[in-house]
Amino acid sequence: MIPLSHFLIVSALLFSISIAGIFLNRKNMIVLLMCIELMLLAVNLNFIAFSHYLGDVAGQVFVFFILTVAAAEAAIGLAILVTVFRNRRTINVQDLDEMKG
Amino acid sequence: MTFELFLFYLFAAVTLGSAIAVVTVRNPIYAALFLILAFFTSAATWVLLEAEFLGVVLVLVYVGAVMVLFLFVIMMLDIQIDTLKEGFIRYLPVGLLVAVAVATEMILVMKSDVFNKVAIPDPAPLSVSNTETLGEVLYTEYVFPFEVAAVILVVAIIAAIVLTLRRREGVKKQDPSKQVRVRRDDRVRLVKMKAEKRS
Repeated sequence: MIPLSHFLIVSALLFSISIAGIFLNRKNMIVLLMCIELMLLAVNLNFIAFSHYLGDVAGQVFVFFILTVAAAEAAIGLAILVTVFRNRRTINVQDLDEMKG
Repeated sequence: MTFELFLFYLFAAVTLGSAIAVVTVRNPIYAALFLILAFFTSAATWVLLEAEFLGVVLVLVYVGAVMVLFLFVIMMLDIQIDTLKEGFIRYLPVGLLVAVAVATEMILVMKSDVFNKVAIPDPAPLSVSNTETLGEVLYTEYVFPFEVAAVILVVAIIAAIVLTLRRREGVKKQDPSKQVRVRRDDRVRLVKMKAEKRS
């Protein structure tokens, strides 16, 4: 029997790796989107672990909805990325400063 | 160490290793491929937690659709990798600092006995499959959120299409309805003239 804290620690490590990824890849918009996906994965792991150990299926239902919203978010994010690249010929986040006022 | 625990450590190690690779490799294509590996091993971890349906959905939806979309976009764009990676070393200390801080705080909380007391020692083996349980709840108790999720997906489809649709000026292309509407008089003009004399 694997203790619950093992899963929570893996999830915490995954989450902090993706936070570090957002700091390290702050120029590359694609990798930023990937880091957000990793964060959602860590959150989902937490939900499923709690759902298993509490014997409550609501956590898995919630993961289902998170997956739906994350897929929608990825689709729209990539569409915005393609539009930005088409207009500016770059995906460097620091070049996108037209609205800084 | 039981076989289950061994599998857990294996999958966790591969997941964390590929997550580190996602954030450190230079080429975004490799990052996407490592992310696929992370998703696969996470799906295996979910199966260990008896969430088979969600494990399968993760592989089908994420690896099969979302990551293919990512790879497609990466290959479609013409990215200079060199300029995107500069500043990596500069932000490394602060990134590591924040990550280590977050990780230690979360692990300190989770190492406490509260979470292990919460755990029910061994949940009774279910007579019905995980998919069946999930379906029963999803279509009764959570039917309204389920419909909202469907609406969100439709909105996402429309938004993605509208964002990437473009009409370029000055491109020669056919307009079928215009072609069908054409009449003989629009195209052919009969000219009556006298025959010219031979000189």
